[in-house]
Amino acid sequence: MSRVLVGVKRVIDYAVKIRVKPDKSGVVTEGVKHSMNPFDEIAVEEAVRMKEKKLASEVVAVSCGPAQAQETLRTALAMGADRAIHVEVAGAEYETLQPIHVAKILAKLSQDEKADIVIVGKQAIDDDSNQTAQMTAAILDWPQGTFASKVEKSDGGLTVTREIDGGLEVIKTKVPAVISADLRLNEPRYATLPNIMKAKKKPLKKITAKDLGIDLAPRIKVVSVEDPPVRQAGSVLPDVDTLVAKLKEGGHV
Amino acid sequence: MLNTIRLLVQCQNKQYVLEQIRCASQVLPQLSAEKYNVKRKDFATVQSSDVNFFKTILGNERVLTDDNDVTPFNIDWIKNCRGQSKVVLKPKSTQEVSQILSYCNEKKLAVCPQGGNTGLVGGSVPVFDEVVLNLMLMNNIVSLDEISGALICEAGCVLENVDNYVRERNLIMPLDLGAKGTCQVGGNVSTNAGGLRLLRYGNLHGSILGVEAVKADGIIIDCLKTLKKDNTGYHLKHLFIGSEGTLGVVTKVAIHCPVLPKAVTVGFFGVENFENILQLYKSAKSSLGEILSAFEMADRDAISSTVKNLNLPNPISDYPFYVLVETHGSDEGHDGEKLNRFLSKEMESGLILDGTVTSEPGKMQTIWNLRENIAGAGLRHGYVFKYDVSLPQKHYYELVPKIKQRLGDKAIVVCGYGHIGDGNIHINVTVPEYTREVAGLLEPYVFEEVSALQGSISAEHGVGFRKPHYIHYSKDRSALQLMHQLKTLMDPNGILNPYKVLPEEC
Repeated sequence: MSRVLVGVKRVIDYAVKIRVKPDKSGVVTEGVKHSMNPFDEIAVEEAVRMKEKKLASEVVAVSCGPAQAQETLRTALAMGADRAIHVEVAGAEYETLQPIHVAKILAKLSQDEKADIVIVGKQAIDDDSNQTAQMTAAILDWPQGTFASKVEKSDGGLTVTREIDGGLEVIKTKVPAVISADLRLNEPRYATLPNIMKAKKKPLKKITAKDLGIDLAPRIKVVSVEDPPVRQAGSVLPDVDTLVAKLKEGGHV
Repeated sequence: MLNTIRLLVQCQNKQYVLEQIRCASQVLPQLSAEKYNVKRKDFATVQSSDVNFFKTILGNERVLTDDNDVTPFNIDWIKNCRGQSKVVLKPKSTQEVSQILSYCNEKKLAVCPQGGNTGLVGGSVPVFDEVVLNLMLMNNIVSLDEISGALICEAGCVLENVDNYVRERNLIMPLDLGAKGTCQVGGNVSTNAGGLRLLRYGNLHGSILGVEAVKADGIIIDCLKTLKKDNTGYHLKHLFIGSEGTLGVVTKVAIHCPVLPKAVTVGFFGVENFENILQLYKSAKSSLGEILSAFEMADRDAISSTVKNLNLPNPISDYPFYVLVETHGSDEGHDGEKLNRFLSKEMESGLILDGTVTSEPGKMQTIWNLRENIAGAGLRHGYVFKYDVSLPQKHYYELVPKIKQRLGDKAIVVCGYGHIGDGNIHINVTVPEYTREVAGLLEPYVFEEVSALQGSISAEHGVGFRKPHYIHYSKDRSALQLMHQLKTLMDPNGILNPYKVLPEEC
């Protein structure tokens, strides 16, 4: 029986239209609906299923961020996590929080909590970094099974099916290990009302990065965030000859 | 990546729409005239000289005459009706609409005004060779007063596009319905569409501030005011709201947009029986008060066939009845507190067996998606008889078991769902194919039952082509006579949307 640590990030909800700040320093987050990163939801679901199958004894959800990160942790608790740890990172520090910092936090907590498996989403839909799982594994010097679409218990370790270019790869890892969840790993459940109520009473511990002895000094600087170019309007041409002429004119043929 | 996720969600919808298009092109529905045994009225037929005249007004590209081009405009989206029009016109301005109508009136050519063609009673497609007047190219937003919330737009604007436009300015459209991605505002007004949030934002007769419409003779009636109060003379705009294009063609609309709610929450619950739904509704009204924006129900068959046919996720497990509750408010904390109290109380009382509640936009969308797709899900099986009736709430669900019993194994699915708050239930009867036998078992039976319970045979879908001969179940003879007089006054030649709304005689 093992303990599973799941990383969950609070991001702008995927159904919300993203707006870039006028000064191009980032995107508008104020007054915008947030929810749990969809890949992290899949990670939580997988951890909870492990517990339901008695492959895990406890599921601990972790989130790094401002006070509102606790809402995301409550969602994880409502889905079935047993307890939560909120690593408070607020203000300017949160703006420059990067996967390297999160990986260090997760690695430290894995050791403190004696976790056997760390599961995170393969990437967050806001910064699309896809680094946290890999960095966490490296810091801990644990094996990693990234882009997992299937995780099974096999003697003494895990068998992980990975989504790779053009197909699937099946690997075996020892435990402890780090897993990153891909889209097809499972379909996350909706938290049911009784579980939403219960989640309010589950333990949620708040700590800071400083408590863990982790330095959050930024390593990279955001130069500019810009909207994707607007697609130009098409036009209807009267006949094929005009089309060919236009294509030649534009140097396409 | 964000886009990938969003696409996945959209694809589920798109696939289903594509499927419908595919079905529509494979098997053409029977001609309405034959299916329902209708006789063509004494209108002129479109000559090449008429087509030439239309082309002088609209140019070649906005006059469709090729069979392949015209076919989709002849068929309604539930594949129930098929007209025989030979020409589709796509005006871009009120002036063009006026010129077309004035010409058609003079030549006694019948006209079928058409918006997004998402109607469910065959009102938006021709029956014989009426000229189709499609307003899709009149799709400009004219103005928006962000202080009063008054929006003026052209009739062909797609509801969802307008809603997105006003949402960016912290307002919303006062109506929302499953067909929002296709239906047009002009059509919504002409049919007095109801929808999912009528409970909160009221009927279009309240939120439409003004209308510009063109009469059959081409005269433009300008009632396009944006005032909330205007008691000068007869309130003519109301004649164009819900008259289904039989009194005039709506070309522009002024509509009052409420403020975009800052806090939105959706709950989806399993309930044991219909009696409990009514109790829950009563409790929701008193506990949630002004923030309650929708209270919808669906029975097990409605949800399970939608989940199965369209491969949509059901957020909770299997229950005899489902309820969807939505709140719109201005303060998340305040709304959350109210909602929590309501939920704790009703979980304890047992009115709510289980369920889920969320304020995450993506999840709310998934839940609404399930509810909104019930309407189209039955089409996968074959033919769907659709009834949209208003009933006093205590009798709301009575008809569904009765119909089930009456049809026995002749029906694949008989399901009920709808807007509890408005006393409006939709009953869908899915059969392998349309047969006169089943039609005879259902009609006029359903309407007789509704009439006996003091209900309305058409709550929000209108009368259209399918129900004129049943209108007397809901409207008195005196009222029908006055309707006929109005029709004669406004459209003496009867060219506007003939064979629809009013019965031949009353």
